[in-house]
Amino acid sequence: MNETIDVVVNGQPRAVARGATLLDLLASLALDPRVVVVEHNRAIVRRPHLGEVTVAPGDAIELVHFVGGG
Amino acid sequence: MTTSVDTIRDTPFAIGGRTFHSRLMVGTGKYRGMDTMVRAIEASGAEIVTVAVRRVDLDRTKQEGVLYHLDASRCFLLANTAGCYTAEEAVRYARLAREAGFNDFVKLEVIGDQETLLPDVQGLLEATRTLVADGFKVLAYTNEDLVTALRLEDAGCAAVMPLASPIGSGLGLLNPYGVRTIKRRLTVPVVVDAGVGTASDACLTMEQGVDGILMNTALAAARDPVAMAHAMRLAVESGRAAFLAGRMPKQEVAVPSSPLEGMLD
Repeated sequence: MNETIDVVVNGQPRAVARGATLLDLLASLALDPRVVVVEHNRAIVRRPHLGEVTVAPGDAIELVHFVGGG
Repeated sequence: MTTSVDTIRDTPFAIGGRTFHSRLMVGTGKYRGMDTMVRAIEASGAEIVTVAVRRVDLDRTKQEGVLYHLDASRCFLLANTAGCYTAEEAVRYARLAREAGFNDFVKLEVIGDQETLLPDVQGLLEATRTLVADGFKVLAYTNEDLVTALRLEDAGCAAVMPLASPIGSGLGLLNPYGVRTIKRRLTVPVVVDAGVGTASDACLTMEQGVDGILMNTALAAARDPVAMAHAMRLAVESGRAAFLAGRMPKQEVAVPSSPLEGMLD
């Protein structure tokens, strides 16, 4: 129990609970899935599927959103 | 006594099958405060508002998402690929932006040089072809080169966006001939993007007959962004109206405006 795995989120190493889904990851970061787009190992994961994808050790996850720009 | 003034008949401003009510598009970057940005956008009358795609700041120490401040139901969000230096990178950003779920329009930037932020036209064409095949409506940020603009149109761009001058420079319209030529030769809308510094630049740009202007720094870096947004709104409308009205020919000799007859001896 409480076992964690190491992943890379937005370029930074981060420990997440083993068996966590991408939706769990967003929840642990207090991010609203409606305003964040998730890329998992270079593939976009659509919102309805975030709860179906389990994170594995070494995964690269990008969490992006819209910021001010021209 | 009544006076009738004919309203200027303009064609609708449409890009990628969508009609927009304002020919002025504005960015959301570099504002000193989000409240100022929101009021400037309001004052500009712009409907199309650009945003960038970036990593969420997981420590919450920097800027939060722009959607916390913008009412996405009142504007048309146009995501850009600013900061991308290769076609592959720009395509990746465009796909992430589309996934946000607003629309399939993208303001495509593939930058080729860090100092001038001038576009890499080869990368731009490559990314355009990929994104068009993927169903995107591509608005391509380019230079004022006609041949590149023609190729972008051939590649399926929804609009071509030549620069007035380098991004954030405020140097105004450096090559009116180039921009005018692109407008004359292309069928898709031509929207000048980048380099406009003040209202006269916007007016002069619209007088070339282009379909619209996108600006960001001219508003964000003005002493009073909200007042400048108002000025730009008027300038874009004024420049468009002057273009439609058709300016008088230029000549290098004076022609009196008052009659030569009836002068006193």
